Amino acid sequence: MNPLSSEDLANIEVLKKQIKDAPKGRGQLIPLLQMAQNILGYLPDKALSLVADYLSINRSDVYGVASFYNQFRFNPPGKNPVKVCMGTACHVRGGEIILENFERKLEIKEGDTTEDREFSIERVACVGCCALAPVALVGETLHGHMAPSKVEGLVLRVQLEREKAEREAGNS
Amino acid sequence: MIILTVDGRSIQAPAGSSVLSACLFADIFIPHLCWLESDTVADAPAACRLCFVEIDGFSEPVTACTVTVENGMMVHTDTEAVRSLQKTALKLLLSVHKVDCKNCPADKACSLQDIAKFLGIGLGCKPFERVLKELDVDSRHPAFDYYPNRCVLCGLCVRICRDRHEQPMLSFAGRGFNTVVGYFAETSDTDPDCLSCRGCLDVCPTGALVEKSQV
Repeated sequence: MNPLSSEDLANIEVLKKQIKDAPKGRGQLIPLLQMAQNILGYLPDKALSLVADYLSINRSDVYGVASFYNQFRFNPPGKNPVKVCMGTACHVRGGEIILENFERKLEIKEGDTTEDREFSIERVACVGCCALAPVALVGETLHGHMAPSKVEGLVLRVQLEREKAEREAGNS
Repeated sequence: MIILTVDGRSIQAPAGSSVLSACLFADIFIPHLCWLESDTVADAPAACRLCFVEIDGFSEPVTACTVTVENGMMVHTDTEAVRSLQKTALKLLLSVHKVDCKNCPADKACSLQDIAKFLGIGLGCKPFERVLKELDVDSRHPAFDYYPNRCVLCGLCVRICRDRHEQPMLSFAGRGFNTVVGYFAETSDTDPDCLSCRGCLDVCPTGALVEKSQV
């Protein structure tokens, strides 16, 4: 379980304020979970408890419901979410291998986030450019014709850019 | 009292009770996993699909836990259709079960073993493919370690926890083949009520919940 960051704690305060105006009732459970995820980017335990207590529903029930749906995530999204396409064309062109390469390089499993919250890995269905299969998205940028050798380069590039930004911030 | 006939034997049961409880009370064994003695016909979950019987007047086998006893009812527990349904249901449960009895603390005290023996089949799952979950053990719960691949998802622990505690910590989590008994507690400090209750551990029909050794 990832510890809450200072940003998360601030977001939880936002959630606490917004939740006060929300309607009550069991039917509000999913809308409120969606609201919490919109604010926080994911559902930490603290957010689940807040929603559960506000609606007077068992916390474990809320967890059961949230874990049922794919749209809810329990770990924070990385700053550079890696989305590996598993659509038909990408599957045929070895999308699975690309996913595995990202997993090995970042030392996390699909669905997880690195400890520094820089990267997370997700599998997605078709992103709509099958001619470029296999495809991966890093942040908003699409990378076509992926190959294992490119994975290393992509991760390195993001890390270098971050270091550069940090240096520049330090100089100014 | 209601009088009904089960496999040619006349038995008595209190009005309102289920066929399953009437039979078990009269020492007529019907395989079952998800039923609690306190269950009425209305709140029996009928989830394990093992307690099938045939009753005259019903066109198909029915789950004994969800039928109320009636006077003159003719119940058959040992027909071909019933046994075939039970064997299939058990095999489906075994198809998601890590059969490793030698290393399982529930060996020889396991409902799956008992039911397989009763039905005269082994612990294989042919013709179904065996599909196991990736996670072998979940140690987050303060009182027990949870083994998803031993769990039959009967829901007894979830229900017991719900009955006994205002703020239960167990629920089903996930979906489909990935369903597990989930544990949710926001803080790590343990409720002393939880550690002294043991309800879930006592009721588990398999070795899915293993008490943490007292340190």
